[in-house]
Amino acid sequence: MRYRQARHDEPLIMDLANICEDEPITIKLPEHLARKGGLNIPTLQESEVVRHYTVLSQMNFGVDSGFYPLGSCTMKYNLKISEEIANMVKASMLHPDQPEAMIQGTLQVMHELQEMLCEIGGMDAVTLQPAAGAHGEFTGMLITKAYHKKRNDDQRTEVIMPDSAHGTNPASAAMAGYDVITIPSKDGMVNLEALESALSEKTAAFMLTNPNTLGIFETDAVKIASMVHDAGALMYYDGANFNAIMGKTSPGKMGFDIVHFNLHKTFGTPHGGGGPGAGPVGVVKRLESFLPIPVVEKEGSVFKLRYDRPDTIGKVQGYYGNWGVMLRAYIFIRLHGGDGLRQISERAVLNANYLMKKVEATMDVPYPGLKKHEFVASASCMKDRGIRALHIGKRLLDFGFHSPTVYFPMLVEEALMIEPTENASKATLDAYADTIASVCAEEPDILAGAPYNTSVRQISEKEAAKNLILSYKMMMEKES
Amino acid sequence: MAQNIEEKQMLEFLGIDSVERLFDDIPQQVKVDGLDLPCGLSELEVKRQLGQMLNRNVSVDDVPSFLGSGTYDVHIPSAVGAILGRSEFYSSYTPYQPETSQGMLQSMFEYQSMMSELTGMEAVNNSMYDWATALGEAVLMAARLKKGGQFLVPGMMSRSKRSVLDNYVNGADIRIVEIAHDEITGQLDLDDLRAKMTDDTIGAYVESPNMFGVFEEKLEQLREILADKIMVVGVNPLSLAIAKPPGEHGADMVIGDGQIFGNPMNYGGPHLGFFSCKKKHVRKMPGRIVGLTHDADGQQAYCMTLQTREQHIRREKATSNICSNEALTTLAAAVYMSLKGGKGLQELAVKLMEKASVLSQRLSGIEGVKAPYFEGYSFNEITVKLPTTASHVFDELAKRDIIGGKPLADVPGMESMMVFAVTDKTTDSDIEKLANVIASILGAGQ
Repeated sequence: MRYRQARHDEPLIMDLANICEDEPITIKLPEHLARKGGLNIPTLQESEVVRHYTVLSQMNFGVDSGFYPLGSCTMKYNLKISEEIANMVKASMLHPDQPEAMIQGTLQVMHELQEMLCEIGGMDAVTLQPAAGAHGEFTGMLITKAYHKKRNDDQRTEVIMPDSAHGTNPASAAMAGYDVITIPSKDGMVNLEALESALSEKTAAFMLTNPNTLGIFETDAVKIASMVHDAGALMYYDGANFNAIMGKTSPGKMGFDIVHFNLHKTFGTPHGGGGPGAGPVGVVKRLESFLPIPVVEKEGSVFKLRYDRPDTIGKVQGYYGNWGVMLRAYIFIRLHGGDGLRQISERAVLNANYLMKKVEATMDVPYPGLKKHEFVASASCMKDRGIRALHIGKRLLDFGFHSPTVYFPMLVEEALMIEPTENASKATLDAYADTIASVCAEEPDILAGAPYNTSVRQISEKEAAKNLILSYKMMMEKES
Repeated sequence: MAQNIEEKQMLEFLGIDSVERLFDDIPQQVKVDGLDLPCGLSELEVKRQLGQMLNRNVSVDDVPSFLGSGTYDVHIPSAVGAILGRSEFYSSYTPYQPETSQGMLQSMFEYQSMMSELTGMEAVNNSMYDWATALGEAVLMAARLKKGGQFLVPGMMSRSKRSVLDNYVNGADIRIVEIAHDEITGQLDLDDLRAKMTDDTIGAYVESPNMFGVFEEKLEQLREILADKIMVVGVNPLSLAIAKPPGEHGADMVIGDGQIFGNPMNYGGPHLGFFSCKKKHVRKMPGRIVGLTHDADGQQAYCMTLQTREQHIRREKATSNICSNEALTTLAAAVYMSLKGGKGLQELAVKLMEKASVLSQRLSGIEGVKAPYFEGYSFNEITVKLPTTASHVFDELAKRDIIGGKPLADVPGMESMMVFAVTDKTTDSDIEKLANVIASILGAGQ
């Protein structure tokens, strides 16, 4: 099977401008306020603008273009009905300062989504305000801080996490002002001895994703929770890997106090080329009072935004979060229902384990045993042939497959992190495994030069960093 | 559960008889038995139910609205929706594989180029969540550029933006100090700023147009006062089509909300937190940045650059924790600006300014109403003083199917102020209706 991505020599839109500017416009601002001269943004006919961006879209690979088993990112299919409804006037043409009485439908969706996420996460209360997973982590850290402060427990300056944690975990903890303590893993899981010696009266929280980034379920979760709680700290659950556990277990059941959900992962909202996402945060009862304001509450049949929460951390986003994403996720949950969500996790885990066993024929998968929704293979056995994880990922692009996540987590050498999601058919998984096998048997030079069938050939990221051309203007200045 | 044939085959391949076995590693004590959620619905049922629920909303297409304050109901050309609906764009991940993501990357480069032209800043990132979080990130970035423990902001700024800022600096040991405004002009009081500035000051933030909709006229003096300290300017980016770019006033960073460019208001999110800075500061910048490069054949191409600032590489030393951003809204902005063109954006900006002035004049004819309240130049928003509390008028307007301006109800001393915004969707008859209804609410003759 061969794949060929569209290849257009499409110029920058600035070079397509074709309408001559006439008289400059009269600006009724005094000289010290007014822009001098025109605004150098191209003027084109609508048809040409649409053609330009349509052509560009053909040089972009999305979930709808092909298999996208990008580890840790849960690239599942985006329901078309969610797009249709979220784009309706009654859903999108709403100003955030509109009176509550005019926004009852939205508040109802938000309120029900909060309750559904509570059930899925085993939590007692949820805020929908964080706009992304990392934003949820940051919110969770702020709640952690407010909680300890309220108890006059001011010496807790450290947040502990395993070395397998997503990069956002340490970044979010640091942003909230915490010192990050990273503990080494043991057999791909939390090293309890290392955790024990790291825990102290200085520990504010322990951050963990379960299943972890190796796709392994942390079987000691309950023990870990009691150790962390005994030390007076909170348990934070990174929900990036939630697609493995819906209806099977929950962070609440495992003893976590704070959870973030990635609506753009688990609940199938589009990744949008990087965003928007949404990262709601769930908490247990004793942390509820610290949630951001406003809180959506139901009084009789009326939905209200409540601001009167004395312990609240305040706000983390200008308004109520990414409503457009919440609505899409709500639709996803309503369509699938409780049983459907459980089946999604079952199929996602089945797909991952099936694909892992297939891939094991070609590559090592360290830390053998059951995996959950993803697994991490290692290309280190091919290193002496000059084949690297990066090369394999790039070469897969030539066959219409997206690359796995490479070089993460860092405890696996030459890591290829693969997450098929529930949407892949057996035929797709077979084709993917076969392609990995055939690619790894190719001449190392072929791999190192890949890709060949994409819109452009291998790109020099070094050149971009060295020359640093960030706009059309800088490009023109460099040329002249 | 009935299994389909391929699932059976896969289980056989794994040598197990049930998918349950794949969850044997989860200890019994933490297992849950399914989810207590409503049953799944068909697509048709969901469509009907959601249609009913959302019908309880009143959209700004149903009634006239004069709300703004950073979020604007500007007409979105259908072509924007058509491009945004292309799933090659919206169903893609962050373009970590540039060879297969040139479409998104080139669009992002074009977005950066256009925003750079508007702001006068060389470097533009591919978005923060919204204006408020862009401000939080800007102050944290300022603290990376300049040592100190104090940052100056206008006392008069949106309360929620301020709350977000407080949370962003919570871990950074930065004190936020408020600067007063001039009672007559509504502009920042530079004497107060000068008095509050210390050696420990990192920099200052100013909005233009500010919360009252008034252009700050003394940005050059502000630059001089701040000397080598950091100057962050928050803007309505459409105003920059006709206003001098903050870059020309010497700003170090320019931020704001780009929602106005082709994105629906979405009840406050997704929005487009735009973030730009001088090139010399770019290595301290948060977020994703796209740069120009070439491929192995020498073909011009684009990729994300300076990634070593980011969390997936630098972890706790990253310039920010941001990962998912609002990328798709930057595509909307690029398409929108391309559809308008430079001249079209300027014409729109002029039109809004004129319309705001029409609104102001019309309201000033109502007894007891002072419109505009502040002297000075405004863009598409004006602050009006009412003879009663603004939230009362807002509620009364809502009863008569008009969404009024934003009452400054949560700002002490500003309870009778309302900030009205106009867009290209505001008609003369909307303005007429608004004025008549306000007059009747106030029980005053005209």
